[in-house]
Amino acid sequence: MSALLATHGLAAFYGDFQALFGIDFAIHAGEAVGIIGANGAGKSTFLKTVTGLLPAAPERIVFDGRPIGGLPAAAIVRRGIAMVPEGRRLFPSLSVEENLLIGGYAKRAGPWTPARVYELFPALRELRALPGNALSGGQQQMVAIGRALLANPRLLICDEISLGLSPLVVQGLYQTLPAMMREGLTVIIVEQDVGLAQRTTSRLYCFQEGRVSLQGASSELTRTAISAAYFGSTAA
Amino acid sequence: MAASVERATRASRIAGAVSVVTVLTLGTLPAWADSSTLRLFVEFACLLALAQMWNLLAGYGGLVSVGQQGYLGIGGYALVVLADLGGLDPFACVPIAGLVAALVAVPVSKLVFRLHGGYFAIGTWVVAESFRLIVSNATIVGGGTGTSLTSMREFPKAMRESLTFWIALVVAVGAVAGVYWLLRSRHGLALTAIRDGERAAASQGVNIAATKFWVYLVAAFGCGIVGALYFLMNLRVSPDAAFGVSWTAFVIFIVVIGGIGTIEGPIIGTLLFFVLRETLADFGTWYLIVLGLVAVVVMVRFPRGLWGYVAARFDLHLFPVRRRLADRRT
Amino acid sequence: MIGWIDTVLQGVMLGGLYALFAMGLALMFGVMRLVNIAHGDFIVLAAFLAIGVALGVQITPALIVLVVLPVMLAVGYGLQRGVLNRTLGKDILPPLLVTFGLSIVIQNVLLEAFSADSRSLSAGGIETQSLRIAGDLAVGWLPLLTLVAALALASGLEWLFGRTRLGRAFRATSDDPEAAALQGIDHRHVYALATAIAFGVVTVAGLFLAMRTTVAPSDGPAYLLYAFEAVIIGGLGSFWGTLVGGLVLGVAQGIGFRFDPGWGILVGHLVFLAVLLVRPQGLFPRTRD
Repeated sequence: MSALLATHGLAAFYGDFQALFGIDFAIHAGEAVGIIGANGAGKSTFLKTVTGLLPAAPERIVFDGRPIGGLPAAAIVRRGIAMVPEGRRLFPSLSVEENLLIGGYAKRAGPWTPARVYELFPALRELRALPGNALSGGQQQMVAIGRALLANPRLLICDEISLGLSPLVVQGLYQTLPAMMREGLTVIIVEQDVGLAQRTTSRLYCFQEGRVSLQGASSELTRTAISAAYFGSTAA
Repeated sequence: MAASVERATRASRIAGAVSVVTVLTLGTLPAWADSSTLRLFVEFACLLALAQMWNLLAGYGGLVSVGQQGYLGIGGYALVVLADLGGLDPFACVPIAGLVAALVAVPVSKLVFRLHGGYFAIGTWVVAESFRLIVSNATIVGGGTGTSLTSMREFPKAMRESLTFWIALVVAVGAVAGVYWLLRSRHGLALTAIRDGERAAASQGVNIAATKFWVYLVAAFGCGIVGALYFLMNLRVSPDAAFGVSWTAFVIFIVVIGGIGTIEGPIIGTLLFFVLRETLADFGTWYLIVLGLVAVVVMVRFPRGLWGYVAARFDLHLFPVRRRLADRRT
Repeated sequence: MIGWIDTVLQGVMLGGLYALFAMGLALMFGVMRLVNIAHGDFIVLAAFLAIGVALGVQITPALIVLVVLPVMLAVGYGLQRGVLNRTLGKDILPPLLVTFGLSIVIQNVLLEAFSADSRSLSAGGIETQSLRIAGDLAVGWLPLLTLVAALALASGLEWLFGRTRLGRAFRATSDDPEAAALQGIDHRHVYALATAIAFGVVTVAGLFLAMRTTVAPSDGPAYLLYAFEAVIIGGLGSFWGTLVGGLVLGVAQGIGFRFDPGWGILVGHLVFLAVLLVRPQGLFPRTRD
């Protein structure tokens, strides 16, 4: 079975500074794959190239059999990739409901509607008229996830959704993941919390200084192996 | 292995020598050049000094003002008031006019600094227009039609022209040297830091508000002096000539095409402006249309202007402001 | 006493025109933080396009709109997409300087095409007709229509921004262009649409201007200043605020003119500066930053 999203030797630059060195990554339809790594390891950069916020060579990123590297972000959303960005990034000028609605701007067909999002996150129903940034962190995260779902993507990327949230709230959020994936959603999960990433995904990639330092089945990777890959072992 | 911070480049040393020779030669102009040439140089000096002031504000301070003509006009009218009505020596009034403009800039800054970016630009324009309208209604200085600088009549023509010329030379050199000195100093570093990133600069202890305030005052002072100088030569002042926005239009053209954020840029820009003006003078409105279009194209394709492009391409700096770490191994 | 009421009334009518001037400026700033220095000149351009059409063909202003409007909408879209989009970024200078250059170009092109004479657009008679209100008080039909148009546009724009998909896209892009791109919003197209709509408003403003008074090629900058003052007095972030700002400015100028014809515009400037001093956020700000 060919991959839904695959990158081959992907490189990325901020001006003259190279942030990614030849990343090989693959995710298949229906999978939940995790990406872990320290700050500055290249996780965000990788996501930016996949979602079109950073330029990349066209053939280096292939989605659904077609090259998408270098396409503008808006075009990539229309192809079927949506991201829940790090830090939520809700629109303060829009209400909660409007934030959700704007997720559907690309008008892609699919199972997700505002009503279904409210089913998934019932707490949002009474908050719908409030401005986007008047909510607690956990509630904002729900809106951000709902917004991304309303783009009816084939691939959903969750960038550090646990950031700044209490463990209980994070648990609640991740418990909705199976419900999302039942609709045929493929998910990439980027997390700082290694245990969380291991528990919620079937395969894991570890980034370190712009390279993939470790990959494998989430349940089989040992703590020592992950530590070494995470921080970059200096031992020979 | 010693590392030191140095600034001068070989090109800058050569440019420095050439500048000194040029200025000394220019100083002799009144002895052998005719009236119209002297007048042309005074105009050149005025625009060059204005361009340096505007560049200091916008290119380094991040303050895009479309209202500097307000201070130019204040300088011109201060000259008329102090010399004609106050009986002071008109030549001595030039620096005083600058001070008057700077004084006016103090309360004005409190107002206009409440605006930012494009709205700041238009706000300064409103202030300049307010000055123009107030002066237009002041009959004591001739109202809308303006008045003549009568106190200059006491001086013989040759002396008038020579003194005005030398003041213009001092103003031109002073503007360039003054801005250069300012940018090489600690304050210059602060300005560049603010330009590159305000929040980061503030976190390093740069007092943003104070720095912008002082830059605004210095620019007002400079524009006031230019106003007095221009009307010292022109001998007739009117609200439209003194407070007209075309001053800013020309200066913007000069700085944009010459190169914003450099000291060489305004010099190149002013030279180019005068070359264009003299060659296209017969074409009236087409000349202005070309000027406007060139400014648009340059801003879109070469945002750093002619000099910026050359400087980046050939790493050429005649008035080096940056400091380089020089590795001296003997 | 009646004289004062009349002055205020005429000021409000004038303010309707200023509100029309201001709304296009507010729109462009609201969506992309772009201040179009040539804004007033585009109003004058629209006015002269209408005048030009009228010189060639004898048709009513309503039909002239149908000719000039599509042209201006296209000009706005093309200008933003082709030129202004390239200038937007972290630096505030390029858009200001490019639009300043455009201002010079437009003024002088109009000068070449139409000479420096002031011209006007015939509205078929309503320029001189007025509606009696009470006793000696009357308002001209044209100024009244202008005010009605301003009201209609203010509510139309509020509806557009507040209740439509495009309006949501405008607000989202204005908040965070990158996050907006992640929702599938192409900012290049959205910005161009905003400018096109702004130019539509500019066209209406230019038409009413030409019918109400004479227009000369170099009048643009003055109208930019009035538009700007109206926006600041009214407060950023609300088209109703901009409308009120225009009315306040119109009344201020009217009162000034009543004292002395030379003081009219100056009083407007002074009221603006006073608002800036005392209540810099404007009278009805909708805080968003």
